[in-house]
Amino acid sequence: MIKTDILIIGAGPTGLFAVFEAGLLKLKCHLIDALPQPGGQCSEIYPKKPIYDIPGFPEVLAGDLVNNLMEQIKPFDPGFTLGDRAETLEKQEDGNFIVTTTRGVKHQAPIVVIAGGLGSFEPRKPPIPVIGNYEDKGVAYIIRDPEVYRDKRVVIAGGGDSALDWSIFLSGIAKEVSLVHRRNDFRGALDSVEKVEELSKIGKINLITGAEVVDLKGEDSLDAVVIRHSGEAVSEEVKPTDYFIPLFGLSPKLGPIGDWGLEIEKNAIKVDNSFDYQTNIPGVYAIGDVNTYPGKLKLILCGFHEAAIMCQSAYQRIFPDKRYVMKYTTVSGIDGFDGSRKEAKREVVKSIN
Amino acid sequence: MSDIKITIIDREGEAHVVNAPVDMNMNLMEVIRSYELAPEGTIGICGGMAMCASCQCYMLSHEHILPEKKYEEEDMLDQAFFVQDNSRLSCQIFITKEMEGLEVKIAPTAT
Repeated sequence: MIKTDILIIGAGPTGLFAVFEAGLLKLKCHLIDALPQPGGQCSEIYPKKPIYDIPGFPEVLAGDLVNNLMEQIKPFDPGFTLGDRAETLEKQEDGNFIVTTTRGVKHQAPIVVIAGGLGSFEPRKPPIPVIGNYEDKGVAYIIRDPEVYRDKRVVIAGGGDSALDWSIFLSGIAKEVSLVHRRNDFRGALDSVEKVEELSKIGKINLITGAEVVDLKGEDSLDAVVIRHSGEAVSEEVKPTDYFIPLFGLSPKLGPIGDWGLEIEKNAIKVDNSFDYQTNIPGVYAIGDVNTYPGKLKLILCGFHEAAIMCQSAYQRIFPDKRYVMKYTTVSGIDGFDGSRKEAKREVVKSIN
Repeated sequence: MSDIKITIIDREGEAHVVNAPVDMNMNLMEVIRSYELAPEGTIGICGGMAMCASCQCYMLSHEHILPEKKYEEEDMLDQAFFVQDNSRLSCQIFITKEMEGLEVKIAPTAT
């Protein structure tokens, strides 16, 4: 069991900055994120794109903003559970919450902060009506252990980097690899495209372009995919296979958070913006793009503001009897949990004779 | 202020004739969102960077005057679902006065 003061769901810029604001109040944070790295959308979708509306930064790349935030919160030693999704929220009798992830990791904290942005990034599933029946029975959206495919027949669908790279990799392991793509051109890295072309020429990858997988066959588990060839004469082909791996990138989904009993409006969590961004569940807050209230703006700078306000309220919930006055970092400096100290240079009073 | 009229068919099949400004640097995705013709969170998820396909629309008219697709848009449409020859990412279509009378249909959401 991981225990902390504030459990933050979502390690995007808002979640990361909340660690800093909590740290000033000597509250420790732990973050959970479905992606394997911190930074949320900034790292996953647009790390190389510039942002122009972070106060004090005329221009900053999204990836650099994340690096800066990681540097800024380092003294407060946050814990991370990455590549794992928060599944359930339970309230205990003592007032603590337990959040359990998909892999079964349990986290305990008196305060839960949802900073989940657009939700957790999940593989995009092709619109094949029966696909749900074959999940884990021949259909996989993520390749966790390539060994599973040794000496098997595999059909991969998609035209991006991951489809290309896995086709190349699995061609060395699987009995047969087919790559199905709707168009004739691939848009991955040039080396990958060339390598696939080469492997296709020597028969290691069965390249099926101008085609789409439209249906799946099999009694209990997958036996075959139905491939529709477009072009002048539309035709369908039943291709026997052991596995079908559609690789069409990731898209964000609110996911299990939507079932936690929180008030949801327009795919976002309603919060009290007249005070502290708390949700309808006392002790659970929502900050950043994941929340909504009248006049909400989905901007990183608004998430930062909400994080600061939330931390003050969280502190009062954890220590109802303590009086606290907000301090300026310029005045009080920063005391890290790692023993580090940052402070403004003191002026020396010394007479010069 | 100058507006043009465009027809947007929502995901339920209902047609809406709306005014779209040509002088506010707005794209079609933003016009759809401003009239709330698709639920928030199901369109324009990436904010207009051509990095998701949630704003995919079928362009039913004015093909000849639409801007060429850039690399990012082609790339995204390659990975999107329900793609047809007239599919575009509406965030990449900026409203101009030549688009008067444009008709578009919002593509279904991918699951």
